[in-house]
Amino acid sequence: MKGAENDENQGLLVRRIKNGTVIDHIDGGRALNVVKILGITGTTQEALSIATNVPSRNMDKKDIVKLANRELSKEEVDRIALISPRATINIIRNFRVFEKKGVEIPSVVEGLVRCPNPGCITNTNEPIKSRFEVQPRGLHCVYCDWVITGDITGHIL
Amino acid sequence: MQHIISIGDFDRDAIDRLLDHAGQIDKKQFDAHALEGKILAVLFFEPSTRTRLSFESAIARLGGTSVSVGSMEACSMAKGETLADTIRVVSGYADAIVIRHPREGAARLAAEFSTVPVINAGDGAGQHPSQTLLDLYTIRQSMPIDGTDVALIGDLRYGRTAHSLASALSLYDVRLHTLCPTGLELPATLAERLAEKGMEIIAHDSIDEIIGDMDVLYVTRIQRERFPDSASYFNVTSSYRISPELLAGAKDNLIVLHPLPRVDEIDPRVDASPHAKYFEQSHNGVPVRMAMLMQVMQ
Repeated sequence: MKGAENDENQGLLVRRIKNGTVIDHIDGGRALNVVKILGITGTTQEALSIATNVPSRNMDKKDIVKLANRELSKEEVDRIALISPRATINIIRNFRVFEKKGVEIPSVVEGLVRCPNPGCITNTNEPIKSRFEVQPRGLHCVYCDWVITGDITGHIL
Repeated sequence: MQHIISIGDFDRDAIDRLLDHAGQIDKKQFDAHALEGKILAVLFFEPSTRTRLSFESAIARLGGTSVSVGSMEACSMAKGETLADTIRVVSGYADAIVIRHPREGAARLAAEFSTVPVINAGDGAGQHPSQTLLDLYTIRQSMPIDGTDVALIGDLRYGRTAHSLASALSLYDVRLHTLCPTGLELPATLAERLAEKGMEIIAHDSIDEIIGDMDVLYVTRIQRERFPDSASYFNVTSSYRISPELLAGAKDNLIVLHPLPRVDEIDPRVDASPHAKYFEQSHNGVPVRMAMLMQVMQ
């Protein structure tokens, strides 16, 4: 019986994907925000699997996101670094890991977060996207100079 | 094509060069036809007296002309047109655009959509670089900027002139002193940025305790709407009021600056004092803005 439990623990929580992207080592509890950052919504046609708070050897708990039939670009995955810098990206082709890479914090993020300054020109109907420089102290709005410090998840568009 | 959006776009050398040029203009050493045939579009979506008139005066003194919009109600933005579209259109009519707008970042947006140089004449609580340049110019007329003790007094939270000046002074060897009502302190992110540049910032509770050590008092208006009632407003403003009695304890060469308009911050009796430089400061707007126009339009 004990052996059966172990087998169950070691089994896959979600099935393997044939082609697509697996985002692993997401900080525990952040998978839903990762999905939000990637712009994946309820209207996404492809199979999307999310596992949260999975025990991990290197991390206390981790989240995993599997997205079938879509290979995320570097620009897309680097946005993840803003909330989960330890995440790793596995590009899957025919059930095999074709490419494995880490995420790098981008120097500029566009159209990802809303400027918290209600007076900022980006919070109007002007035809522009929010744009922030990533600085050591936080995200700096290039339009109004506001700096978002701390957790950015509450500001994701 | 060069825009002037933020004082942060300047390094110290660029500021000094522009102020040197303004100094030559002040001595009438300039070509009065330098911008002949050029048109400046003056788009002011917020009220202004000094900034607007001094820009219009500056282009006229250089032989150019100006076309202007004086409020949102007086242009197509009242019909719902975006600022981006307004700028695209106006940049076909003029050789440069000066813009004041109630939204922070509006001038940066304008620069992105314009095909001609854009100068920021104040965007919300954000930047006001031409005011800062004339503030620095006025200090330089009385003393070298390096080595001074400058006190920023009044509304330091929402006052864009104080923010821009503090940023510019961080390029010099200046000790910054702040005096403001609770809740109207310098924004924490700005204070951090200044400290990172090595600027010493000292907060004070009483103006009397520092008046004898200051070289420059930069006074800004405290807006009545920041306070719950008139009584608390008058209570606070009276403790920051600059009076002849206060200035009796000041250094001989102390100067008092104010971006104007003033309301109750400076006693009118100070106007006759040799310390009072705020009207000269306002007049300096013309040569400084002439230098700015020549920099971006020639």
